[in-house]
Amino acid sequence: MPGARQAAMPEEESIWTLLEQVSDPEIPVISLLDLGVVRQVKVDAQGWLVVITPTYSACPALSQMANDIVSTLQRAGWGPGRVQTQLAPAWSTDWISPRGRDRLREYGIAPPAPIHSQASDGARVLHFLPRKPLAESVPCPRCGSEQTTQTSRFGSTACKALYRCLSCREPFDYFKPY
Amino acid sequence: MSAVAADSVALAPTDYLLHLADNALVLGQRNAQWCGHGPILEEELALANMSLDLVGQARLLYDLVARRAADGSTEDTYAYWRDASQFRNYTLLELPHRSPLVGYAQGDMDFAITVMRNTLYTALMVPLWQQLCDCSDPDLAAIAAKSLKEAQYHLRHACDWLVKLGDGTDSSRQRMQGALEHLWPYTAEFWVSGKLEALARSAGLLVDGAALESSWNAIIDAVLEQATLTRPPAPEGYVSEGKVGVHSEHLSFLLAEMQSLARAHPGAQW
Repeated sequence: MPGARQAAMPEEESIWTLLEQVSDPEIPVISLLDLGVVRQVKVDAQGWLVVITPTYSACPALSQMANDIVSTLQRAGWGPGRVQTQLAPAWSTDWISPRGRDRLREYGIAPPAPIHSQASDGARVLHFLPRKPLAESVPCPRCGSEQTTQTSRFGSTACKALYRCLSCREPFDYFKPY
Repeated sequence: MSAVAADSVALAPTDYLLHLADNALVLGQRNAQWCGHGPILEEELALANMSLDLVGQARLLYDLVARRAADGSTEDTYAYWRDASQFRNYTLLELPHRSPLVGYAQGDMDFAITVMRNTLYTALMVPLWQQLCDCSDPDLAAIAAKSLKEAQYHLRHACDWLVKLGDGTDSSRQRMQGALEHLWPYTAEFWVSGKLEALARSAGLLVDGAALESSWNAIIDAVLEQATLTRPPAPEGYVSEGKVGVHSEHLSFLLAEMQSLARAHPGAQW
């Protein structure tokens, strides 16, 4: 997660290490660190502070993540602390670590393609290509084939779409670039 | 959440934040009516997912208003304990998924209305969230940056359906054109610059109405052309006034369904 992890004090280092054990409530193979939602860890007079950022605006897993962080740190003997939510800068799938991407692929979820830097200066006309397949190809996480097709733009959670492999014929989830 | 902004920063007026929040909540609730009734399974998932995004955006905005009010209110206070005349959403968003009938009449939901409304609204929100990403209120800018990503995805989805159905069979084309003509007059409300917009401008929010309108026109014209639909003439006559609290008869029914549980059990936790 670019920019999030600074040169830390020893206590902060050990909290970062502990957070590697906290997994995403919906996708248990990936840790919150690999998902890129932990933005800051601090220890001060009031105890520890972990700052997280939501993936989607309405991600129902957010409060579960906060609970899991609190219980993991308390189990490890860390006393009072708090979890804060921060919206800016907005989370992006580009923050998922290379290890997180590998874990997703092994689990059967195709990792997201990189986000092309989107111009935010002023409005743009959007062009739609409704009859052509998506320009980006999503390789099948099982057989690696690039011959895949989207079956549904929305899937079982806010962050995923449904795809189908035309080579091995298996359906799979695609972690949407966000 | 980030700290309350410094003195030099202009905060968005409460009414404007509520307007943005109410738009998202009312359309989210309206579209959630398809849950269990979707035309196909994939679309069922899509509509529920988009509603979840919209309700999420509304929650962030209500929460921001509540924290700034610092009067013990919460996001729930705004969603569940205000009545129709206090809602600031565009009238377009509260209309049922069907052609005009009197308020209490029953009718089948028409997917053409759903697709057309989602397109008309989201084509407004993409350029608006884009503008608000750079606004002077840091908390609103943060919410806009998240909402923009979601709105862009929703717009792609809505436009895909619009083209598929518009440039589809005779029957689907006729229904899409009918939906367009039914909903078109309600978009006039987008462009009326009234108290709400004046408040937002005086607070230093960069809401450039002319730029917004030309972006919206460009998106709508491009997609209507691909869908082989005919853009109706500029609407004349009454312009709906949902954003100042004057609503159609449909909003109260929608709110009654949404609010009854919270009002039957005040303060309950679930």
